[in-house]
Amino acid sequence: MRNNVITIIKKELARFFKDKRMVFTTVLMPGLMIYVLYSFMGSGLMDQFAVDEDYSYQIYEVNMPDSIQAMVEASGMNVDVLNDTTDIEEMKTAISEQEADLLLIFPEDFEAEVAAYDCTTATEAAPLVQVYYNSARTESGECMGMISEMLDTYEASMANRFDVNSGEDSYDLATEKDTTAMVFSMMLPMLLMIFLFSGCMAVAPESIAGEKERGTIATLLVTPMKRTHLALGKIVSLSIIGLLSGVSSFLGTMLSLPKLMGEMGGMSASVYTISDYLLLLLVILTTVLVLIGALAVISAYAKSVKEASALIMPLMVVVMFISITSMLGDGAPTQAALYLIPIYNSVQCMNGIFSFDYQPLNMVIALVANVVYSLGMTGILAKMFDNERIMYS
Amino acid sequence: MDEIVNVQHLRKTFTLSKKQQKIEKTSDKCRVAVNDLSFTAYRGEVFGLLGPNGAGKTTTLRMLATLIKPNEGDALIDGSSVVKNPQEVRSKIGFLTSELKLEGFFTPNYLFDFFSELHGVEPAVRDQRKKKLFDKFGITKFAEVKVADMSTGMKQKVSLVISLVHDPEIIIFDEPTNGLDVLTAKVVTDFLVELKREGKSILVSTHIFSLIDRICDRVGIIINGEMVACDTLENICNGKNLEDRFFEIYEETVGELV
Repeated sequence: MRNNVITIIKKELARFFKDKRMVFTTVLMPGLMIYVLYSFMGSGLMDQFAVDEDYSYQIYEVNMPDSIQAMVEASGMNVDVLNDTTDIEEMKTAISEQEADLLLIFPEDFEAEVAAYDCTTATEAAPLVQVYYNSARTESGECMGMISEMLDTYEASMANRFDVNSGEDSYDLATEKDTTAMVFSMMLPMLLMIFLFSGCMAVAPESIAGEKERGTIATLLVTPMKRTHLALGKIVSLSIIGLLSGVSSFLGTMLSLPKLMGEMGGMSASVYTISDYLLLLLVILTTVLVLIGALAVISAYAKSVKEASALIMPLMVVVMFISITSMLGDGAPTQAALYLIPIYNSVQCMNGIFSFDYQPLNMVIALVANVVYSLGMTGILAKMFDNERIMYS
Repeated sequence: MDEIVNVQHLRKTFTLSKKQQKIEKTSDKCRVAVNDLSFTAYRGEVFGLLGPNGAGKTTTLRMLATLIKPNEGDALIDGSSVVKNPQEVRSKIGFLTSELKLEGFFTPNYLFDFFSELHGVEPAVRDQRKKKLFDKFGITKFAEVKVADMSTGMKQKVSLVISLVHDPEIIIFDEPTNGLDVLTAKVVTDFLVELKREGKSILVSTHIFSLIDRICDRVGIIINGEMVACDTLENICNGKNLEDRFFEIYEETVGELV
């Protein structure tokens, strides 16, 4: 009667895949949403901190020496020097009201003062250039950055003793692989865990607590099918759906993360090999089995879908909390015993895979442990199916 | 005569919650739903369990269908114990009660195949049986309509058909005509008579006297979880009408009707 398991799996999958709305909301939408959202967030963030190329910065100046004026012109910056007022307070108001971008105040004999100043013998403070700006206005902030960089260069050109990282050479020697490993191993385990959990949560309570609530599980329980077969069939089919939902979200994230992290650049999902991805898939698969097992047991205990969702909340908090561990600490831990802890082992395995730094033995321990846990959960579920107080309360 | 259902001293109690205890003004932690209930039904006959609401009819049938376990006692269904071998019992019986629902998303056609598979029915036999039952209950036209979109009566007919996918020898029906209109109720009653003619053994619970009158060979009267009378319909009636006899027995056991 082993094919009863197959019969149950077929029914559960038919229930899911014949319902187009369910397929859309559980499998297609999460991935699409994440992709669109992250891509939008990535480009949106960049746009917000970029200034139009042909924008002219509106600046006020007081006593600006010709040498600085020449530098500004030479830099190719579009600058409109405003002269609608001579009152410094009015200029400041214009900046705070975002009508102008910058106010530069130089001492009267700036060039002479600078030339006469020697920091080793000076008793007075060095000549002061004041640059007023408004950080709330992107153009103003940008202009401030450019002008202060220019002034630094001006200052350095007077007494240049040494340079740091000048010239065209690329000094950051991190490869694309390193950057990707760093960012992905920090973010993805947590995100993946959240996606897997929500994917499983979308299907498990409905299929078990829902059947209980609607009285359809009793119809199954009066057939001569073994309870373990029913439990196994449920867990396998729900895992398949949970996995699809999780993988969809994962693909959405993988493909859009480089866009989200656009400014850091140098990231690509292609630095991982096929075997990395296969290993990851195995970890995801066993994680889904554990999650579905736990959610199925909770759902079987609950009287209704609503109660199941409420009972799942504490578990969700714990899973989220454990997921954050991928963002802390120094990569995946090496102690084998830690890989016996469910959820934590999954997070750290993913962490290891993404950072190219894992021990095969620990990986095997985690995979085997997860399968054992989910089998245990299937056993508990089968016992619960046989318990009239739980099933027909 | 060949015994097919042998119920021996069944007892079932339910725990009362604190709230229920308060409502019922009792300090008893549990309520006895069925108490020391024994009876025998024979092969090929229709046995009726008659009793008022809350007498324990449904609880008894649920124990026989292995949905719940008795606290004490046992019942042998065609030789298989409901306590020791529930799985074997399930393969021998067809159980129908309003509590057993069908998933509304699926069609009668799909559900018939699904439950046939769970009962291990061969596809050829299944198709033949499906045609016969669907035709009899007028389901053929609705074979591809989702159960959720059907009327209450049609749903009940589909449930009935689904409970018989494996052509069981023993059929246990809890209030088979409850909630059905007179026409559908007649179809179901006629069908029970036909099943009896085919040699099936049938156990029904009901509080409808006419149903018992029409189809039952033997009757057990349950009041407050106990079997107060159990005999052939003739002996129970003793020349009177069943309804009058029932009230007499009720008054003898409980006291005056209010």
